[in-house]
Amino acid sequence: MKVSLFITCLSDVIYPRVGEAMVRLLARYGVKLEFPRAQTCCGQPAYNSGYWDEARKTARTILDAFDESDFVVSPSGSCTYMIHHYPELFKDEPVYLEKSNRLQEKTYEFTQFLVQVLDVKDLGAKFPRKVTYHPSCHGSRLLGVKDEPLELLQHVEGLEFVPLPFAQDCCGFGGTFAVKMADISGAMVTEKVDHILETEAEVLVGLDMACLMNIAGNLRFRNEPVRVMHLAELLYEGVKEA
Amino acid sequence: MSAYKTKGSVKERAELALNDDFLRKAVKFTTERLRIGKMNAAEQHGNWEEWRERGRQIRLHTIAHLDYYLNLFVENARANGVHVHFAPTGAEAVRIALAVAQSKAAKTVVKSKSMVTEELHLNHALQDIGVEAIETDLGEYIIQLAGETPSHIIIPAIHKNRYQIAELLSKEAGEALEADTTILAGFVRKKLREKFLEADIGMTGCNFAIAETGSMVLFENEGNARMVTTVPKTQITLMGMERIIPSWTDLEVMATLLPRSATGQKLTVYMSGITGPRRTEDADGPEEMHIIIVDNGRSNQLGDPEFQELLNCIRCGACLNACPVYRHIGGHAYGGTYSGPIGAVLTPALQKNVAEWDDIANASSLCGACYEACPVKIPLHDMLVYLRRRKVEAGHGKALETIGMRGFGTVAGQPGIMGAAVKLGQLGQRLVVRDGGIRLKVGPLKGWNKYRVAPTLAKRSFRQQWEALKRETANTGQTMDPVVKARMEAILKERAKGGGGRHG
Ligand code: SF4
Repeated sequence: MKVSLFITCLSDVIYPRVGEAMVRLLARYGVKLEFPRAQTCCGQPAYNSGYWDEARKTARTILDAFDESDFVVSPSGSCTYMIHHYPELFKDEPVYLEKSNRLQEKTYEFTQFLVQVLDVKDLGAKFPRKVTYHPSCHGSRLLGVKDEPLELLQHVEGLEFVPLPFAQDCCGFGGTFAVKMADISGAMVTEKVDHILETEAEVLVGLDMACLMNIAGNLRFRNEPVRVMHLAELLYEGVKEA
Repeated sequence: MSAYKTKGSVKERAELALNDDFLRKAVKFTTERLRIGKMNAAEQHGNWEEWRERGRQIRLHTIAHLDYYLNLFVENARANGVHVHFAPTGAEAVRIALAVAQSKAAKTVVKSKSMVTEELHLNHALQDIGVEAIETDLGEYIIQLAGETPSHIIIPAIHKNRYQIAELLSKEAGEALEADTTILAGFVRKKLREKFLEADIGMTGCNFAIAETGSMVLFENEGNARMVTTVPKTQITLMGMERIIPSWTDLEVMATLLPRSATGQKLTVYMSGITGPRRTEDADGPEEMHIIIVDNGRSNQLGDPEFQELLNCIRCGACLNACPVYRHIGGHAYGGTYSGPIGAVLTPALQKNVAEWDDIANASSLCGACYEACPVKIPLHDMLVYLRRRKVEAGHGKALETIGMRGFGTVAGQPGIMGAAVKLGQLGQRLVVRDGGIRLKVGPLKGWNKYRVAPTLAKRSFRQQWEALKRETANTGQTMDPVVKARMEAILKERAKGGGGRHG
């Protein structure tokens, strides 16, 4: 059984600790993640900006890298959902279309894999802090990951969960949107952080490092000490503490 | 005219809105009330997703057979005594409407809310031939007094607060009116009553046109549309050619979806079905009735697999209320008659200049809130990407972005180059990192760092750490639970049979 890690660019170059947490957590269940080195970026920045030729170029590296894998696990709902666009990108290339359909079937977002495949909801973690959760748009709305993270959080010992007001609202990241429409994006992330501060949580947890990078950047800009973590990191810290 | 009209780029117009605290507060206040109302109404309905799918199917079917249902509608409406006109362009629709007004020697026209007449700028055209057009929907009336255009499909004056409205109406009244909704509405009601009685023509839009009987249906809350369609001797209705639904049974589904999605109401206060002009046994109604069916770019969408679903829109405004971008910049920043996510796609699509039109499609984070809110499930977030792609394909991409994306393709298209680029970045960033973050405001970081501190590249990427991590975790000795193993094998088997692809 070959289970591969689809690290995604941000976790690779900025937040390697997320990948590390995933590898160590899954190892506890006998899942030995492999890391195909040929993977690069899922192509989302180019796809969303309308540069589909460039998106295809990078998507091919992903399709080739995971061709042999049985399961693929990724720390991002957004990058996982990007794979659902591959059949559309490669509709005129039979070989890659076939690979696209297969990759879509075998790719899971991290919490989907834990809950749906491993059937693990209680990792025996302990995390005695006040925590709120931001559901990222692509993961929750488009990929449909809604209950899994909440179920996982529910089982963490000592964790005090505070719901985030207007949690489903976008944080304003949107890839190149944050650069192209900087002021609109800025207004959105400011509003999101206002809501986070309202909860008085010590920790904000999420499932997508792009959104979390955006939110953490604004928190830091405002000198707010809320800690921002991927759920995999929180769980890993929690099992070490338990 | 409003300060936020179609001039400039979307960025410049958004800038104006972002600096207007009144506007932002007013828009946020009302959209929040509406979207929460909608979510509650959907939940109380109990079977919302199923009805949403029914709504979508009705719209898909109708638009796929639009020629058939349009013909049926026209035949039946004519049999009911309606003069039906077909206008391929906006200019033609205006010409027809003006000709009817002139043939009646009309001096005043009372109007109920209609986005199509906004699209055609019909009020100005009427004014130009000396006909006074009076908006009778409260929000539209306010906008008309202010000399602006609607900034929301169903709440035209959403960008104004109570005090701004009181100020406008006080000017009209010639006395100071208190900023109290009942007092303000009372003033407008009295004022409009006279106008209804003296009007020569009543002009309406159309929410749905029922093919099987040639009827038109209006949803409203103020009763003004009933006045418009019962008092004046002549009625002119303007409808987009896609307003058709096959039958009254289909209307039941639409009447369930539309008010709930628009305002969270189970039903609007009035729902009027009008089948032809007044008959001898009728107590009221117009003696003469015209329906102008407007194309004005709509048929461009027919047969276009990426955009045809735009014609399914029932103009409920739910996507505007759900949209975080709309909430911050309001409707005028979109620069067209229709605003919000639907406007961002519809405006360029109607004008058939998808590639040239502004860069409004970029004013979206693609969060999908519009799609989730839409009662007929139009994938607006996908369409925004298609718009961007068509722009790039037509060679209208911004030069700098094109260079950037080509570079991205080259670097991320080859793992070796990507690894080298990361190493270079790790070295280079030493120059700009302070205190574990980057605050520099240059290049692409300029906009980002206006609101954030940028993170740094990790000292060692995951890729660089992998071999060590792999060695370390290889010896945990943990084996997989046989139950889990069996489940994974079963998933693989399912997949091989062509199932099992569905998860999530
Ligand atoms: S696109 Fe959907 S949500 Fe938006 S106005 Fe049309 S029907 Fe309503």
